[in-house]
Amino acid sequence: MKQKTDVLQGTLALMVLRTLEMLGPLHGYGIARRMEQISGDVLAVNQGTLYPLLLKLEQEGAIASEWGASENNRRARFYRLTRVGHRLLKAETRDWEQTAAIIARFFERPECPR
Amino acid sequence: MRILKRFRARLTNVAMRREDEQRLREEIEGHLALQTADNLRAGMAPDEARRRAVLKFGGIAAVTQDYRAERGLPFIDDTLQDLRYAFRILTKSPGFACAAILTMAVGIGATAAIFSVVDATLLQPLPLPQPQQLVRIEADFPGVGARDVRISQPEWKDLQRSGIFQYVSPVVNGSVNLTGASQPARIVFKGVAPGYLALLGVSPRLGRWFDPRDQTPGYTQEVVISDGLWKRLFGSDPHVVGKSMLLDDDVNRIIGVMPAGFHDPGRTPQQRSTELWAAAGFVAAPSSEVRNLRRLRNFVGRLQPGLTIAAAQSRLDALVESLRKQFPADYPPQSGWALRLVPLQESEVGNARQSLILLLGAVGLVLLIGCANVANLLLARASARGREMAVRQALGAPRLRLVRQLLTESLLLSLLGGASGVAVLFWTKGFLLRMVPESLAGINDISVSWSMLVFAVAASVAAGVIFGLAPALQAGRTDLTDALRQDGRGSRGSTQQTRTRRMLVVTEFALSLVLLIAAGLLLRSFWDLFNVQLGFNPERVFAVQTWLPEPNVRKTDIYGTLIREGEGPLLRELLRRSRTQPGVEQAAIGTSSSIPLSHDRNVTPLIVEGQDLRGTEPPLVERSDVSPEYFPLLEIALRRGRLFDEKDNETVPPVVVINEALARTYWLNGDALGKRVKLRPAQPWSTVVGVIADARTESLADGGIPKIYLSAYQTYASDLVIFLRGTLEPGVAAEQVRQQVQSVNADLPVFGAQTLHDALSDSLSERRLSVEMVAAFAVTALLLAGLGIYGTISYIVSERQREIGIRLALGAQREEIQAMVLRQGLRLAMTGAGVGLVGALIVSNLMQGLLYGVRPTDPLTFVAVTLVLTVVALVACYIPARRATRVDPLVALRYE
Repeated sequence: MKQKTDVLQGTLALMVLRTLEMLGPLHGYGIARRMEQISGDVLAVNQGTLYPLLLKLEQEGAIASEWGASENNRRARFYRLTRVGHRLLKAETRDWEQTAAIIARFFERPECPR
Repeated sequence: MRILKRFRARLTNVAMRREDEQRLREEIEGHLALQTADNLRAGMAPDEARRRAVLKFGGIAAVTQDYRAERGLPFIDDTLQDLRYAFRILTKSPGFACAAILTMAVGIGATAAIFSVVDATLLQPLPLPQPQQLVRIEADFPGVGARDVRISQPEWKDLQRSGIFQYVSPVVNGSVNLTGASQPARIVFKGVAPGYLALLGVSPRLGRWFDPRDQTPGYTQEVVISDGLWKRLFGSDPHVVGKSMLLDDDVNRIIGVMPAGFHDPGRTPQQRSTELWAAAGFVAAPSSEVRNLRRLRNFVGRLQPGLTIAAAQSRLDALVESLRKQFPADYPPQSGWALRLVPLQESEVGNARQSLILLLGAVGLVLLIGCANVANLLLARASARGREMAVRQALGAPRLRLVRQLLTESLLLSLLGGASGVAVLFWTKGFLLRMVPESLAGINDISVSWSMLVFAVAASVAAGVIFGLAPALQAGRTDLTDALRQDGRGSRGSTQQTRTRRMLVVTEFALSLVLLIAAGLLLRSFWDLFNVQLGFNPERVFAVQTWLPEPNVRKTDIYGTLIREGEGPLLRELLRRSRTQPGVEQAAIGTSSSIPLSHDRNVTPLIVEGQDLRGTEPPLVERSDVSPEYFPLLEIALRRGRLFDEKDNETVPPVVVINEALARTYWLNGDALGKRVKLRPAQPWSTVVGVIADARTESLADGGIPKIYLSAYQTYASDLVIFLRGTLEPGVAAEQVRQQVQSVNADLPVFGAQTLHDALSDSLSERRLSVEMVAAFAVTALLLAGLGIYGTISYIVSERQREIGIRLALGAQREEIQAMVLRQGLRLAMTGAGVGLVGALIVSNLMQGLLYGVRPTDPLTFVAVTLVLTVVALVACYIPARRATRVDPLVALRYE
């Protein structure tokens, strides 16, 4: 269990940053909902790990937070991407695409015969 | 780098954690509220909506814990948590905490105090560059049992040329008269070869050392002075180099000043307080080129770099072998000749080494007994806390975590104890330093040092682990179902625990017995020494020293006059004037070696007429020159012949008086009267006119040291002591003697005033200190052991309350119950004593060198100590035994 979160930690951060980039300021619950929608129920188990991650990202300066009101007028903390966050996202995206491309190449049908 | 950064971040996280965790909790709560609201909107019942929300979120506790582990340093977190908990637990039972901390404070404080002395004297190297290269070279004639004999000048040259040493220097310890200052003074001085100070490797703060250009046959007219002398005499004058001092009426030029804090190595405190160095070539008279005329001693050398003592010793052995082959006449085979290298540091400490090691051992035992006691207390608490531990284990605390928690508690106890012990040491260090025997002064400064603090911390941690481990491990082994049952038996310790407690008590008694026996033997030795028949009467005797200068340049000085006309007139004048002092009943004069039990010893070879030496060194005996009044004044008894009288002066053939030990050693049946002896081959024979009873004037412990006395009127001694018997105030008498002596000659220093009573107690001081301290440790150990057995027996009684109740109900007599409990305690004490006796036999044999007049297996001490221990055990067990008889069967049985 712990190992799984470790592995997902990096990608989870990427997902959070991307979500915030797409949707603008959002509270934790909102981010969780959004990720659930996109990924189906696969990531639902990891809802709990979202908050430590948010705290960590905020401490690293990638996101900032402030109090706001949710849709049904509850007090909630809204997170938004900072400039550092934008840069981080760009870099992470590039990294991710590279990694994905490399991994993808491993799964390409081999063209040269033995 | 990255790791470091992360570590730092985590460390700050540990500090900031409270805030972050608060935030995390808020966020989680907010999330759940929103989810619940959504669920409600989806049409769920409120309870169900909340439950679903929590389920969907996952383990809240797990998330926070993971977060904590991820962000902080779990080890430090846990430790902090344990520490907080330990503090709370300890403040909840202040009685227990105080007892444990106090025990540890005494144990660790005392151990650290002794350690700081051992560290400064035995462990710390001498404060000189490359001290491991510095050695003392001692010569022996093992064939005739002579140790540390002198070395001749050609032998010294051989050592210099051997390639084993960078430099070798003989040392002449002495003192000189300093005149020309406001008050003539006696200065401790060393005559050394020109390279001596360079050999030690300490640079002068002003001026220069001697250099080989200062090589002369006799003494140079140039001296190096100590920092203390520079400050005292010259007011720290920066231009002192080149100035002159009048030493023994010779003009000496100062060429250098040694730095502050420099202690010249030496075997006595006096030698270590040298304030003046003069260089000598040691080739002029009385030194000579004759190989078997051995006059030099106290050789100090610096080994060639990279040479170990063992390697140097084997090369030295080879050198000795080849010299003995080369000069067979000078090294007769039956006497043998050997050179020994002794590390300089070792020779500094001398006999005190054994006492120090004994003290460290004793205090270590006290610490161990203290540990056993605290372990016992902890075990008692552990059984009271058995339920708590069981509950925590049932709630999922890992065993290791519990053990750790308990260890943290015991470490906290021992560290608090250690800290208070060191704090007390720190505040009382002035008082403690005064207790350090004088013979250890000046080797290294004894202080509250870093190494002592490190030692104290290490000792605390070790003690904490020692006394905490057994209870901690046992707590992890609780039987859960048993402990959690509600019938009140949860507080009952296991049999395993009782066994551990008994073992602890047995250990305590064994260790206490060892200590008590050591203390008992030392006390008996001390008592015997204290009550020894001195053979002289020190009461109301007062001694003051003066010194006639021995200048190198013999002009019309006193000494020259004395050489021509004899010392008699001066001595008689001094005596005449001393007798006129108010309160003086008797007065006598002697040389400095005639002061009983002084460090100044004058050892001289003795040549006996008609006794063939077969080419070996003549035997060495103690010598003093005394005036006729000396023996009556000290009440030393005459056995045969006569004492000196006024007629034994420079105009008649020399006579000597010897003691019985000397007579016994060199003449059949001690028949020495009328026999002739001499001290130097060139001298005329002296006749033995009297034999006196042996007196312990050289050593309290040895009453049979051969000694020869010469008539002061027939010799020319410069180290004079005036003895006065009467009703005298020491301070006043010293001043009166000063006036009398200086009215004879204004340039004579007067110093070293003391009563013989002081000299006597000084010579016992080192022994007294170790006796007192070992005895104090032993009493502490006994008290701790008594407390230990009291605690354990009380515990056993309270455990067996039901059993005792049943026994009483079935008709057992109260006396029987009491006897049963006492028997149990006594069995523990006796088992401990049995084990301890074996240990005590080993220890007492090891400390044989410290004993006087008692055998290491002294039955009286062994029996008495065992009895004392038994009585203490009985007294300690009596209280719980009484309590056992007061058990009310009804109450005890209803308890179930």
